[in-house]
Amino acid sequence: MNDIITVSGLDKTYASGFQALKGIHLSIERGEIFALLGPNGAGKTTLISTICGIVTPTAGTVTVDGHDIVDDYRTVRAMIGLVPQELSTDMFETVLSTVSFSRGLFGKASNPVYVENVLRQLSLYDKRNDKILTLSGGMKRRVLIAKALAHEPKILFLDEPTAGVDVALRRDMWDIVRNMRASGVTIILTTHYIEEAEEMADRIGVISKGEIVVVEQKDELMRKLGKKQLQVHLSAPLEALPDELATHQLTLDNDGKTLIYTYDTRAERTGITSLLSDLRAAEIHFSDLSTTQSSLEDIFVDIVKDAP
Amino acid sequence: MNFTAVRAIYMFEMSRWGRTLLQSVASPVLSTSLYFIVFGAAIGSRIESIDGVSYGAFIVPGLIMLLLLNESTSNAAFGIYFPRFTGTIYEILSAPISPFEVVLGYVGAAATKSIVLGLLILFTASFFVDLRIDHPFVMLLFLVLTAVSFSLFGFIIGVWADGFEKLQVIPLLVLTPLTFLGGTFYSISMLPPFWQTVTLFNPIVYLISGFRWSFYGISDLPVLVSLGMTFVFLLVCVAIIWWIFKTGYRLKA
Repeated sequence: MNDIITVSGLDKTYASGFQALKGIHLSIERGEIFALLGPNGAGKTTLISTICGIVTPTAGTVTVDGHDIVDDYRTVRAMIGLVPQELSTDMFETVLSTVSFSRGLFGKASNPVYVENVLRQLSLYDKRNDKILTLSGGMKRRVLIAKALAHEPKILFLDEPTAGVDVALRRDMWDIVRNMRASGVTIILTTHYIEEAEEMADRIGVISKGEIVVVEQKDELMRKLGKKQLQVHLSAPLEALPDELATHQLTLDNDGKTLIYTYDTRAERTGITSLLSDLRAAEIHFSDLSTTQSSLEDIFVDIVKDAP
Repeated sequence: MNFTAVRAIYMFEMSRWGRTLLQSVASPVLSTSLYFIVFGAAIGSRIESIDGVSYGAFIVPGLIMLLLLNESTSNAAFGIYFPRFTGTIYEILSAPISPFEVVLGYVGAAATKSIVLGLLILFTASFFVDLRIDHPFVMLLFLVLTAVSFSLFGFIIGVWADGFEKLQVIPLLVLTPLTFLGGTFYSISMLPPFWQTVTLFNPIVYLISGFRWSFYGISDLPVLVSLGMTFVFLLVCVAIIWWIFKTGYRLKA
């Protein structure tokens, strides 16, 4: 078994009566990048906060590398690094001292070489003696990542790592995450940017209203739910579809100027070749061809819309 | 036991102190010293001695207590409140440390600071008044016990407070009046009988009386009663903190 985290029947009802998590079952595989995707208020932060020990679950269990998060909290928490969503930092501390503090807090003996390495990887080394309050938002986000990595965790939780971060920095952040994965760290990130999940994740879990709606390999999810369409731009508009093309289940669009063919990318035969030869046989000429694929965004909107 | 983590919290708190020496050391030492100068050197010479102790010397133990209570409480309260306020508490809650270790780090640092301050005041006082310490070990015992108890108390306030005002309310509106009325500046026996009885409900009376005994061998109450009351207060605080972590009160959702 290659799961590093196993969540079983996890419920969380807050004191206010709000049920943030409803019977969550989820497994995270060792070494993967898992994206937890969901709209605001879906329960993403509650779920990772529960695994990290910040929120007490109402019911259910979580094991990390075979250790229960409650009974064996020391072992579990020593393995986990958490980058929170909010930029919560000790404003008056320097970068170096706050990162060293995190390492000590997680019970690791001081190791200046390792800490220096982390700071260099995150381009923070030049700022190591600066007070955190003097740093920009993006740099503060890096400080939080450095703090989470200070104790050499095996699992890293990133809660909305690129919320409010500009495009260039977001790309940097993605590189950082990929490098961490390459060094063997399992990464769970929450996001409501679909682009981010699409770019980064090996697997995607969609959470909506406290329930995991779907968990799938990213490519699989996109293949399964993603539709591909071929648009044939005709040289002369058609009034109706000729009978010879009935088997292809085409639709006519754009006042008869475009033929739309929907096909399954997973299928062995997409049917494009036979469509094109049938078009020629029917003497239908076309000026251009184009294809479009539904994005993860379309898929996501469909899933969340259909969720209970 | 995760000593590395305890040390990390302790050193973090101590370095916060180090950054604000003017405010956290110079200011309490100066303001307390003003009492010695005014009551000890200036007015004290015109006030009769109490039980054979000059007035200036008589008030020293009470003033140290006043400082100890306020500093321990507000320091420990601020220490745990600030991470809650800024949100950095997430790191403490997700770290592989037990509640006991968290308390040891925060309360240990707060208590250390107030013990150092107490000793500094004692040292400063010796320049202005004739000090005598008959029972130095008992004196240290009271100093440490009070610092620890009220740092625990401060930790509770820091968890309970949901705004900066609440942090200040208890030290300013409860502890300071109780200390002034608890025999810092007078002996309980100087009060009318009715008020002597009322005063016994003020827990700080026991602290000041016991602490003063360790200096001059005079006290309003038996020293063992004072020690006993200090321990009771300590245990009550420990019980409340145990409950806080058990239920996650104001720390965990």
